[in-house]
Amino acid sequence: MSFPDPIAVFRTEAAELLEQVETGLLDLNHDLTDKEQVDAVFRGLHTLKGSGAMFGFEALAAFTHHCETAFDQVRKGIVPATHDLVTAVLSATDHMRALIEVPNGDHDAVSETLLAKLRAAVTAAGGGGAVAAPAAIAASAAPNTPAAPAAPATTTYKMRFSLPANSMANGTNPLGLLDELRDLGECRIKADQSSIPSLDMLMPTDLYLTWDIVLTTEQPRSAIDDVFIFVMDEMQLDLEVVDVPSAPAAAQPAPAAAPATPVATADPPAAPAVSSEHAPAAAKANPVADAKQAKSAENVRVPAERLDELMDRVGELVIAQSRLSQLAGVSGDLQLRAVSEDVERLSGELRDTMMVLRMVPVTHLFGRFRRLVHDLAIETGKSIELITEGETTEVDKSVIERLADPLVHLVRNSCDHGLESAQERVAAGKSETGRIYLTARQQAGEVIITIKDDGRGINRDRVRAKAESSGLITPNANLTDQELLQLIFQPGFSTAQQVTNLSGRGVGMDVVKRTIDALRGTINVVSHNGQGSEISLAIPLTLAIIDGLLVRVGNGRYVIPLSAVEECLELSVDEDMRSRGRSFISLRDSLVPFIRLRELFHTGTAPDPFQKVVVISTGSERVGLVVDQIIGDHQTVIKGMSKLHHDVATFSGATILGDGGVALILDVGHLVAEGQHQEAHLRAAG
Amino acid sequence: MTASILTVDDSASIRLTTRVALSNAGYTVTEAVDGQDGLSKIKSGNFDIIVTDLNMPNMDGLTMIRELRKLPAHTGVPVIFLTTESDNELKQQAKAAGATGWLTKPFDPESLVKIVKKVLGR
Repeated sequence: MSFPDPIAVFRTEAAELLEQVETGLLDLNHDLTDKEQVDAVFRGLHTLKGSGAMFGFEALAAFTHHCETAFDQVRKGIVPATHDLVTAVLSATDHMRALIEVPNGDHDAVSETLLAKLRAAVTAAGGGGAVAAPAAIAASAAPNTPAAPAAPATTTYKMRFSLPANSMANGTNPLGLLDELRDLGECRIKADQSSIPSLDMLMPTDLYLTWDIVLTTEQPRSAIDDVFIFVMDEMQLDLEVVDVPSAPAAAQPAPAAAPATPVATADPPAAPAVSSEHAPAAAKANPVADAKQAKSAENVRVPAERLDELMDRVGELVIAQSRLSQLAGVSGDLQLRAVSEDVERLSGELRDTMMVLRMVPVTHLFGRFRRLVHDLAIETGKSIELITEGETTEVDKSVIERLADPLVHLVRNSCDHGLESAQERVAAGKSETGRIYLTARQQAGEVIITIKDDGRGINRDRVRAKAESSGLITPNANLTDQELLQLIFQPGFSTAQQVTNLSGRGVGMDVVKRTIDALRGTINVVSHNGQGSEISLAIPLTLAIIDGLLVRVGNGRYVIPLSAVEECLELSVDEDMRSRGRSFISLRDSLVPFIRLRELFHTGTAPDPFQKVVVISTGSERVGLVVDQIIGDHQTVIKGMSKLHHDVATFSGATILGDGGVALILDVGHLVAEGQHQEAHLRAAG
Repeated sequence: MTASILTVDDSASIRLTTRVALSNAGYTVTEAVDGQDGLSKIKSGNFDIIVTDLNMPNMDGLTMIRELRKLPAHTGVPVIFLTTESDNELKQQAKAAGATGWLTKPFDPESLVKIVKKVLGR
């Protein structure tokens, strides 16, 4: 196996680290309280020092250590970050580059000048003795020396050794330690099993044994300490020398001496006290650090455009996948089919994940209405309470952005027109405070946002009168209740007697309608005289990809959004004959208007012998669409129509099929309205 | 079967040194770039020992060790952390978090191999 040159890797890494440190310092200079940048700078310097020392850049390690120490103090809040300190470390980074470039050059004078500046900056900032004596660094950067040769005489030790019950959970393997002792010399080990509890009390992961050991070795005492180095703080070790070698006894290190191992430094004898001193401080400091860590670990900020780009790619993948599925379906190659099925499943999952990535809760959107309602209450002199529900409901990010304006209009409208004045409310036997409910919930593939008030309700007579006077409908036109109520969304419609600052200019409600249409959503209005109104906006969860039902009408293929499909049934020849000349089918005792798409699209081909009806609905309204053939479900990536087709109402977009053909996507809202209109028209006629 | 080792360090040069030393000693080495990466690799893999740096972005070594010790399937895996002389306080914290042992930076490759052998109990 060949590896790249570690020194070269270090140089590249050091250049990146220095860049990162510099960026951090510059950001910090803008905002001296930026804790995140302080941490980043510290971390960069720390890594640079550590790696530098590893690869023989000792001058760099020693020099960087001072800067790291200074930033450690900033990090711990001992010294505040100052512009001077930032500047001093910035100039130091230039010097670090030189130290990496020419590691053996004569840098001492420059180093000392820069460190003097650093010391001055730290002292000015209020730190005392901030920068450690260079000698300490030299020591830590110095190469490790192996242990001193052992005296060639034997000593016999008697030991009793135990570990805390939970130490195996830390990866400590007591048998490994005993093996190491055996390697030191002649060793007899006996396990004391007296602490093992009865089986029902026994924790399989706990340690219950204590060992009695007699070791005769030529190795120095430090070798024994070396064995126990990692468990020194936790273990219980009673050690006595039973047989002292005659001559070199004085040469033996004192029992408390630190082991001379090159690989690790033992804690001083007072270690348990030190650790108990540190423990509370650590416990105090850590939750903050942990919370911050957790926070930075949980969230990744990504520019919205990148998500959109990714969405486009996923869309293309979905198209490519459906082509693959089609090819695989046609071919008899089982392996190809298996791969194709895998790809289909994966791209489906990818699509779902992508959707979730783009989802944000409506919390923020709803939040702004508290302020709005508060202001409106003052402006109108009404007492208004806003109640929000379902703030955690998640909606596609781009949908949320576009919902803001329509919702503002609707809430304003409720405050201004819907709710009565306090006197009127009391006279009507209601509480003085009017209520507006703003709720969001998910239902199938849609999010339903409802604005409801307990005001006076929509006055249908006035709506009719207004619509007639502005020429929107002919006098005495026969309208369903929903059609009448929907008139308030017509351009130029306003029932307000007086134009107010808030909403009375007749602009607004039609904007609401336009926006919701553009989102492929629908508006439903419910109103009861004297009890209030409720306007529900049903918006598809996402704008980019939908599950669709692919159907064929004549030679053309069309997609019906699956979320709107209620059921599919066969139009029997009988039913077909009977329904000629009228446009209803009876569906479980209720009449559903239907539209023959063949007629709507003027296909001119012969109909299939067995026509199918796809019943679609928008909330409470239903309509059947008669098609020639139902092909199946289809993941539909929606492509917008060209400007040329801007006025086409029957279709909301187009999609590319697996075989490369194009299918138009039916606009469900429009078709349902069309069907209902047809129904109203026929009812009026007959 | 050779023992499988996960090394966690944000420094590419240290990772390289660790990898060279340990794979020359016959171990299988997997690398992770920070605590978060390490933890996800631990969850999806099966390591005999973990060698980790403490000071890293995204998730530091201490947090990683604490999280690791919460995973029932990995409670007993030994963890060696790399530390500098100046990190004495950190050393205490790491041991409290559940680390098995440590290695002081700068280290030479033989020391690392020796310590890994020691902790693995051969």
